[in-house]
Amino acid sequence: MSSRPIATTRSASGIPTGRLAIWWVLASEIVIFGGLIASYIMHRLGHPEWANATAVTKTWIGATNTFVLLSSSFTAVLAHQAAEQGNGPRAARFLRMTILGALTFLTIKSFEWGHELSEGYTVTTNGFWSFYYTACGLHALHVIAGAVIMAFIARDAAKNRELQRVELIGIYWHFVDVVWIFLFPLLYIAK
Amino acid sequence: MTAEPAHAHAHPHADHGPQGILKYLWSTDHKVIAMQYLFTGMFMALVGGLMAYVFRMQEAFPGRPVPGFGVVSPGQYNALITNHGSIMIFWVAMPVLIAAFGNFLIPLMIGADDMVFPRINRLSYQVFLLSVIVILASQFVPGGGFGGAWTAYPPLSANGNYNLTPIGASMWVIAVALEFVAFLLGGINFITTLMNARAPGMKAYDIPMACWMIVIASILFMLSVGPLIAGAGMLLFDQLVGTGFFNPAKGGDPILWQHLFWFFGHPEVYVVLLPAVGFVIDIVAVFARKKLFGYKTMLYSVVGIGILSFFVWAHHQFIAGIDPRMADIFTITTLLISIPVAELVLVIIATLYGGSIQFTTPMLWALAFIFEFMIGGVTGIYLGASGADSYLHDTYFVLAHFHYTFFPIAIIANFAAFTFWFPKMFGKMMDERLGKIHFWGTVIPFNCIFIPLFILGLNGDQRRVYSHMNFPELQWMQPARIFATMSLVVLLLFQLVFLYNVVKSLRSGPKAGKNPWRSNTLEWTTESPPPHGNWPPDQMPTVYRGPYEYAHPGRDEDYWPQNLPA
Amino acid sequence: MNLVAASSFAGSIDNLVVLITILIGFWWTLTNVMFFWLLWRFRARPGVKSQYIEGHEPYIKRWITWPHVLVLACDVVVIFFAIKVWYNIKQVQPPAQAEIRVIAQQWAWVFQYPGPDGRFDTPDDFYTTDDLYVANNTTYHFELRSRDVIHDFSVPAFRLKQDAVPGRTITGWFRPTLAGTYDIQCAEICGIGHGVMLGHIHVEDPAAYHAWFAAQTAAATE
Repeated sequence: MSSRPIATTRSASGIPTGRLAIWWVLASEIVIFGGLIASYIMHRLGHPEWANATAVTKTWIGATNTFVLLSSSFTAVLAHQAAEQGNGPRAARFLRMTILGALTFLTIKSFEWGHELSEGYTVTTNGFWSFYYTACGLHALHVIAGAVIMAFIARDAAKNRELQRVELIGIYWHFVDVVWIFLFPLLYIAK
Repeated sequence: MTAEPAHAHAHPHADHGPQGILKYLWSTDHKVIAMQYLFTGMFMALVGGLMAYVFRMQEAFPGRPVPGFGVVSPGQYNALITNHGSIMIFWVAMPVLIAAFGNFLIPLMIGADDMVFPRINRLSYQVFLLSVIVILASQFVPGGGFGGAWTAYPPLSANGNYNLTPIGASMWVIAVALEFVAFLLGGINFITTLMNARAPGMKAYDIPMACWMIVIASILFMLSVGPLIAGAGMLLFDQLVGTGFFNPAKGGDPILWQHLFWFFGHPEVYVVLLPAVGFVIDIVAVFARKKLFGYKTMLYSVVGIGILSFFVWAHHQFIAGIDPRMADIFTITTLLISIPVAELVLVIIATLYGGSIQFTTPMLWALAFIFEFMIGGVTGIYLGASGADSYLHDTYFVLAHFHYTFFPIAIIANFAAFTFWFPKMFGKMMDERLGKIHFWGTVIPFNCIFIPLFILGLNGDQRRVYSHMNFPELQWMQPARIFATMSLVVLLLFQLVFLYNVVKSLRSGPKAGKNPWRSNTLEWTTESPPPHGNWPPDQMPTVYRGPYEYAHPGRDEDYWPQNLPA
Repeated sequence: MNLVAASSFAGSIDNLVVLITILIGFWWTLTNVMFFWLLWRFRARPGVKSQYIEGHEPYIKRWITWPHVLVLACDVVVIFFAIKVWYNIKQVQPPAQAEIRVIAQQWAWVFQYPGPDGRFDTPDDFYTTDDLYVANNTTYHFELRSRDVIHDFSVPAFRLKQDAVPGRTITGWFRPTLAGTYDIQCAEICGIGHGVMLGHIHVEDPAAYHAWFAAQTAAATE
């Protein structure tokens, strides 16, 4: 691995470079999900009959998953706190709890999808289900990617290395959480 | 012949990056990555240009075999125009203007030794290269390359039974999506590096316009591409999985795609315009020996253009079946955006006042940009005016308009930047005489191609048609089509002069020295080409003034480099 | 343009194009005269140094502010006339004297005439393919549909253009003013046959048209 350029040690704006970067990543992700969600809303407004489809999605499963994600965001915050205090191993522990939250979310989702698929609701069933699987699928991909990156950061943090990255993955994780908080009412509650 | 400085081994880049062949594949040095993008982009320009040659020959001599290609079928014609457009925008304009020059210039111009995320930088090129492979490979799959135009409107693009290029269509979507990812990754580097890695003393208003423009363009890109990425995913699903996002028979809406596409598509033209303008500004300042007139005005205008550009997109859809009242709103916003764009042009021209103008090859290209882009800009007014667009939509008038904007952006500005920064990149000077021959041999034929196309459009020639001889009212204009096509052939042939100039200069051009153009900006304070790390680590520059202090009254020299203490 | 103006609104579009040409032509010429004059006046000459101008000087700023005002004024004029022309063509329709349904498909035009009862989808409707027959000086409302992909019903001589979107019926109007035969083209890429989707619109004097119409109806009801 080549050593870091001098450029990475500078901070002309006053904001740490890593944090700047993650916010820009988030900005572009917000527009991606924003586009998808806006498309869904436009379609939904034009298709009142989709209310029948949303009646199928189970609000209590969605609510449970929301709780799981919120809790995992909480542990991410605790991880950040620990990292701020210089306590790498503790931060790593909390990060791993967050990953556990992610895995719980994904497990619940796979059961949910398995059930819905077995009832015949596939991505091609109708427009609502196309959006449902696409939006939740894209979100799930971001959950998986986030969890993987978080695992690497946790491994480094446990050795008290690169602790500044704990905050960054935490910020990303909160974003993943926020996207879900938009998807949940749109796909589960609005009936 | 330079001896390795003795202190070089003490600096943090003790490993000078990968050596040998690995350097070209695996380096994280921003200058190497820049070269990768540059040469890939130039290669793709050749591909796109040759595609244009083939389909224009078909239009000029319908049904006759095209030398070097053979007879062009209607399906091949559609694939050629689709991929010509897509390649020129996504695989030539963006990689060369933004990724190549952005990568090369930004760290150098801000006095940094590299980008702040060199490994993400390398990753961005690798993803980009993958997109190049996918789009090129798509030309050779069964059915051929995608044939639904670069705008890819569904249902044509979503259904293989309609477009008859089902594999090509999906590969096209994947290639474009990969290219988007590459530029999102690259954008992170450009933006954070400019914001954070500046040399001590370099305040926001000391940053050269080339850097500002690339970064603002990256911000514009990152904020506009999202909905289209979502749309591309939806289109891919429609193509491969059978969803109906854009299929009316399944409850979808084809016009949704258009909105998603153009919401990105319009800011995209400013994404490519801004870096071009940035290079032109920097080059004009150097060769007019003049301080840029109205730096802050320029900056604020550009930000204004960026913001306004998000509110004009439906001028591409006036007659698409949208509510006609929406057209009224969009015609107002579209025509108003001409004001800050005019601002840009006026500020550059005003910079010439009081100058001492040297007509070097880079300056000729920069001046040609201004002249040609102005034609593109004013002809946009016809299309932004909804009443006129209801006739001119999908005619050759549109095509001539956007070539008068895109050609200056993707070709003229790139030649300006290339001829200007060639000495810094390669350490040699290019041949001025060959440069000027190439210049005139490009610009004159360019106008000969596209001026006739305005007339064709006004008289009803519609786009994307492989032979206008099928239409009685349009047959009489065939001589104009032939003239335009022959001009294209001439233009392409003159590019050989450029290639020869590049090779000759690389091999035996005179040594460039550090600052052959006597410019103020930081990249000219280091070796040509710059070493790994750009400056010895104990000699990283500090900045004391802005980049355009030419002919300052307090000095004998007509330039004042940014890094010289007062 | 060289192309004949054969509809009631063709002239208004042509006039708008001329207006825009005058306005932008003026601005473009002025700017280029200034541009080339500056290039000549301030070309590098031995012993003459360039000037140091910050851009705050009022005598310089005036040269920017006034062109701005000019550009804005021209924009406002163009906006006004553009919306006026657009409104009259796309937002309002004069009362219909006849109707026609245009159905676009890969790669042909099908025209549905409502027959003597004046209503579509009744047994007396009849169809033509690729050739549309209309009466001169008659206001037509058209219903535009597509069977498959997006097409565009375009009659350059009328300066008429409208996308046909599958899943929608889009309405518009035209009033021919000059008898003759004109091209119908498809103006939205629709596949490999996009370049052969040629149609013809035959504008006939009302008497001749009605004779043709009667013959078609007689044939349709047989």
